[in-house]
Amino acid sequence: MTVTAAAELSDLRSFLHGLPGVDKVGVEARAAALATRSIKTSSKAKAIDLAIRMVDLTTLEGADTPGKVRALCAKARRPDPADPTCPPAAAICVYPAMVKVAAEALAGSGVHLASVATAFPSGQAPLEVKLADTREAVADGADEIDMVISRGAFLAGEYTRVFDEIAAVKEACGGAHLKVILETGELATYDNIRRASWLAMLAGADFIKTSTGKVTVNATLPITLVMLEAVRDFRARHGRIIGVKPAGGIKTTKDAIKYLVLINETVGDDWLSPDRFRFGASSLLNDLLMQRTKLTTGHYAGPDYFTLD
Amino acid sequence: MPKSSSVKAPAEPGRLSVRKTYKLYIGGAFPRSESGRTYLVDGDNVALASRKDARDAVLAARAAQPKWAGATAYNRGQVLYRIAEMMEARRAEFTALGVRSSELSAAVDRWVWYAGWSDKIAQVAGGANPVAGPFFNISAPEPTGVVAVVAPPSLLGLVSVIAPAIVTGNTVVVLAAGPQVAITLAEVLATSDVPGGVVNLLTGRYAETAPWLASHDDVNAIDLTGVDHPDVAIELERAAAGTLKRVIRPVTGGVDFTADPGLRPMTALLETKTVWHPKGY
Amino acid sequence: MFEYAPAPESRSVVDIAGSYGLFIDGAFDGGKDGNVFKTVNPATEEVLAEVAAAGPEDVDRAVAAARRAFGPWSALPGAERAKYLFRIARIIQERSRELAVLESLDNGKPIKESRDVDLPLVAAHFFYYAGWADKLAYAGFGPDPRPIGVTGQVIPWNFPLLMLAWKIAPALATGNTVVLKPAETTPLSALFFADVCRQAELPPGVVNIVTGAGDTGAYLVQHPDVNKVAFTGSTEVGREIARAVAGTGKRLTLELGGKAANIVFDDAPIDQAVEGIVNGIFFNQGHVCCAGSRLLVQESVADELLASLKRRMATLRVGDPLDKNTDIGAINSAAQLTRITELSEIGASEGAERWSPECTLPDRGFWFAPTIFTGVTQAHRIAREEIFGPVLSVLTFRTPEEAVAKANNTPYGLSAGIWTEKGSRILAVADKLRAGVVWANTFNKFDPASPFGGYKESGYGREGGRHGLEAYLA
Repeated sequence: MTVTAAAELSDLRSFLHGLPGVDKVGVEARAAALATRSIKTSSKAKAIDLAIRMVDLTTLEGADTPGKVRALCAKARRPDPADPTCPPAAAICVYPAMVKVAAEALAGSGVHLASVATAFPSGQAPLEVKLADTREAVADGADEIDMVISRGAFLAGEYTRVFDEIAAVKEACGGAHLKVILETGELATYDNIRRASWLAMLAGADFIKTSTGKVTVNATLPITLVMLEAVRDFRARHGRIIGVKPAGGIKTTKDAIKYLVLINETVGDDWLSPDRFRFGASSLLNDLLMQRTKLTTGHYAGPDYFTLD
Repeated sequence: MPKSSSVKAPAEPGRLSVRKTYKLYIGGAFPRSESGRTYLVDGDNVALASRKDARDAVLAARAAQPKWAGATAYNRGQVLYRIAEMMEARRAEFTALGVRSSELSAAVDRWVWYAGWSDKIAQVAGGANPVAGPFFNISAPEPTGVVAVVAPPSLLGLVSVIAPAIVTGNTVVVLAAGPQVAITLAEVLATSDVPGGVVNLLTGRYAETAPWLASHDDVNAIDLTGVDHPDVAIELERAAAGTLKRVIRPVTGGVDFTADPGLRPMTALLETKTVWHPKGY
Repeated sequence: MFEYAPAPESRSVVDIAGSYGLFIDGAFDGGKDGNVFKTVNPATEEVLAEVAAAGPEDVDRAVAAARRAFGPWSALPGAERAKYLFRIARIIQERSRELAVLESLDNGKPIKESRDVDLPLVAAHFFYYAGWADKLAYAGFGPDPRPIGVTGQVIPWNFPLLMLAWKIAPALATGNTVVLKPAETTPLSALFFADVCRQAELPPGVVNIVTGAGDTGAYLVQHPDVNKVAFTGSTEVGREIARAVAGTGKRLTLELGGKAANIVFDDAPIDQAVEGIVNGIFFNQGHVCCAGSRLLVQESVADELLASLKRRMATLRVGDPLDKNTDIGAINSAAQLTRITELSEIGASEGAERWSPECTLPDRGFWFAPTIFTGVTQAHRIAREEIFGPVLSVLTFRTPEEAVAKANNTPYGLSAGIWTEKGSRILAVADKLRAGVVWANTFNKFDPASPFGGYKESGYGREGGRHGLEAYLA
C-alpha cells in the first residue's frame, strides 16, 4: 500500500467526502453529448468486434440449468458459428452453483469464467457466508468474482465495514479477479457512486461494476462516466488501473458503442480492452452479431438467423 | 438685475436678516465650488459648480453606491419615507421659496410612493423563468450604478427624477435647475437618513458640467429629462455613447410630473441579471 | 486508439442557388445597382453564392415596404399575428436539417451545434414569442402597449439564424415590422428565412431582408423612417450606432461584446467545471459574445484543474463542420482569423505561456487550434480584449473577493460563470458580479424564456423572455 493510500484509509470518511462533487445535470449533459457521436463504417466494424470481446455473457436466473449454461458457454466461445472471424466473448457470468458446469464447458477456450458471489444480489448475509460463497466459486473454477457491496452499510455511512468486507472477499478470491458491484441504482446519487467507486478501489477491487441487473436502475452512460472518471483519477494517484463493468440494460450495438465512445474520450486507449472494460449483458451479444453481419454482408440481418441461448 | 432676496425672511423692523448661503451638496457635505465661483439667483449667491465639482460628486456617488445598493430594500424604503417626513416638516422653507403648496404635497407624496416601491420592484420587474431544462433560472433587477441627472426646474420634477433612481440602489449626481429649492431639498436629505454620497446636488449651468458627466467613464447612466436645448441633448447623448451609458432622453413638450410615473423611471436605471443553476441531487 | 471514420452530414438536404437577391415587400429582387458580394464556406473557401449588396435606394425601398406593412400588421388581432409566428416556428422545425446544414456551410460551425443548439433554439424562440402576441396587455408594460413601428435590425455572423430569431420574433409578436440586415459573411440563412416567411404567407413587407456590408447596416440604422434599432455585434460598432441615433428619438437596444470570467473555486465539481470551461470558450469556435474567455481559477486547485483541462482539450476534434463528430469547426472568415492570430501573438509576446493540443488543421479554409494561455494577468491584452475565438486566458485568484474584483475589472459586463458546490457562495458571488447573465455550475445555456443582455459596455436592453418585449413596445 502506498503512503497516500494509507493516509486515505486512516480517515476514510473524510477522504470520501472530500472528493469533488458531481453535478448531476452536468454529467448527464456530457454523457448525452458523447452519445451523439456518429460511429460509422470501419470504426463501427472495429467497435463491434471490440464490444463482442468485452461481453460478460450473463445468465443469473433461478431457472438456470446445466443445459442452459452449457449452451451459453458454447455461444461465448463461438458467438457466430458461421463466421470464424468473429471473436469470442470475454467471459461467462453465472451463479456459484453453475460454476462447475461452466468450467467444464469453457475449458481451454480462453473465455473467462465469472461468478457472482457474496449473497448476490442483495449482499444481505453474514460475512462468513459471503466468504464461503466466494471460496467455493473460486475452488470450482471461477477466475473472476463479481461481489456485491452492502449498500445498506454504505448508505448508513459504515464505510469501514464495506471496506473490510471487500478486502476480505479480495483475500478469499486468491488469484481470481475481483469485480465489485456498487449497485449504483440503490446508491441513488452520483456523489455516492463516486465515493463508492473510490472505496472499492482502495479496498482492492480489480474492477468496479455498476449493477446486479436486479434493480430498476442499472447501468447508464452518466453513471459509467462517473466511474470512468474515478478509475482515471485513481490511476493518476495510485498508478493502478482498475477496470469498469456496466451491467444491465445494455441491449443494442448502438448502446454498446456509446460506452466505447465514453471510454475513448474519458480515459482513453488503456481501457479499450476486455482486461479493463466489460459489458455485463445477455441479449446485447446477438444484436452485436446482427450488426456485424449487416456490415459484412451489406444487408440488414434478422433475429431468426442468430441463436437464442 | 436680479431681484432682491426678500422672499425668505420677513423683514423685521430694526433687525438685519441673516441670509442663507447656498452651497453644493457632495458626499453628504455642503462645500463651496472648488472654483470659488458663485452666481446670483434672486439675489442669492449660489455656488456655480465646475467640472471638478462634478468629478468630486461622481467620486462620492461611486464610493457610496455599493453600500447603498447592498442595503436591504426595506432599509432603502425606510430612508425614502424619512425624506418624506423631513420634507413635510420643512414645508415652510419650500413655500418661502415660492413652491406652491399643491406641488409640495405632490413631491412629499412622491417620496412616499417610491419608498413603497423599494421592496416590490424586484418582484414586479423580475422573477423565475420557465426554461426548457433542469435549471433554476431567475431574473432580478439591479441598480445600474452611478447616474448623472440633469434635473427639471420644479421641485416635483426634481423629486421625480431623484427618487426612482435611488430607490433601487443607484446613486446620483444631480445638476439642479432651481438652485435654492434644490439645495433646500439637499438640506432635507442631509437631515434624513440618506447616506452621504447617495444624492449629490450641483447648482450652476448644466451646459457647462453635463458634458463632463456624459463623457465620464465612471458614470453608468445619464438622465437628460431637464435638458431644454435639443442640440445640447444630442451632444450629451453622443458623448454618453462613448461608454454606452444608459440614456433617458428629454421628452418633447416636457413631462407631466403630476401624472402616475409608472415603472419606466425606475426600470430605465435597472439592469436585469439572470442567474442559472442546474437542479439535481 | 478508437479512430472515428468520417461521418459527414449529407449536404444534399440543402439546395443553394448561384445567386440571391434582396427580400423586399415579399419578393426577391437583385438590388438597384446590381452590386453583389460572394459568400464563402469558411471551411473550404469555396464560394457558396453571390448575394446582392443593398444600396441606399434598396434600403429605402425595404423601409418603405415595412412602413406600408406596419399599419395592417399592427392592426391585426394579436391572436392572428401569433398564428403567423407559430406557422413560422413549425416550418423552421420541418426544415431544420436543411437550415442546419446551410448554417454550417456558410458559418463554419459544427453541424452538431447548428443541429442540436442553433436550430432548436430558433424554432423555440418563435414559439415563445408567438404566444405573447395576444397577451401583451399582461406583460407588465401597461394596459395597452403599442408597437413602435419599423424596426431596423443588424445581426452578427456567429449565430446567424438564431440572432435573426432573437430580433424578428419579438418584433413581429409586438406588431412591429422589420428590415433586417444579416452579416456580410453569413447572409444565406436569413435569405432562406425569407423563403420561410413566404411559405408561411406572412404579409409582404412585414419582414424584409437586405444583405450587404457595414455601410448597408449603417444606412439602415440611420434611416429617418426607422423607429427602432436593434443591433448585436461589436462594442465599437455599437458605440457608433448609439452616436448615430442620438437626437433622433429612435429606440435602441444593443447586445455587444464581452470578456466573461469563468470562476472556478476549489470545491467545484471539477469534471463538470472542466466541461463548462471547454463549453464556455470552445463552443462555436469561441465566436460567442458571452464566451467564458477568462478562466479565473483558485490558486489552490489551479494545477490540478489545468491538467484536467489540457487532457480534455486533447480530445477536441477540429475539422470539417459537416462531420457529425466535429467539436470545433472553421473560423468564420479570414479577417477574424487574422484578429485571433494577432491577439494570440500579442499574448505570447507579452509573456503568457501558450498551449494547444496536438491537432491537424485542414490545409484549406480558416482554422485555429483550441488554445489556452497560462500565466496571464489582468494587464495582458488577451485578458482585456475580446478575442472572439477559441482562445482562453487563465488567471488565478486566492479569495472570493479577489475573484469578484478581477471578474468585474473590465468595461464589459455580459456574462460570468461560477463553479462551486457551496450554495451561499454561489448566491453571494452572483450578487456581486456585474454581468447580465450568470451561469452557476453551468455555462452557455440559452432559452427563449430567459432574458439575455449586458451591463456596462456590453450593451443595453434584454432579449428573450418577458423582458425582451420591452424594447419593441411603446
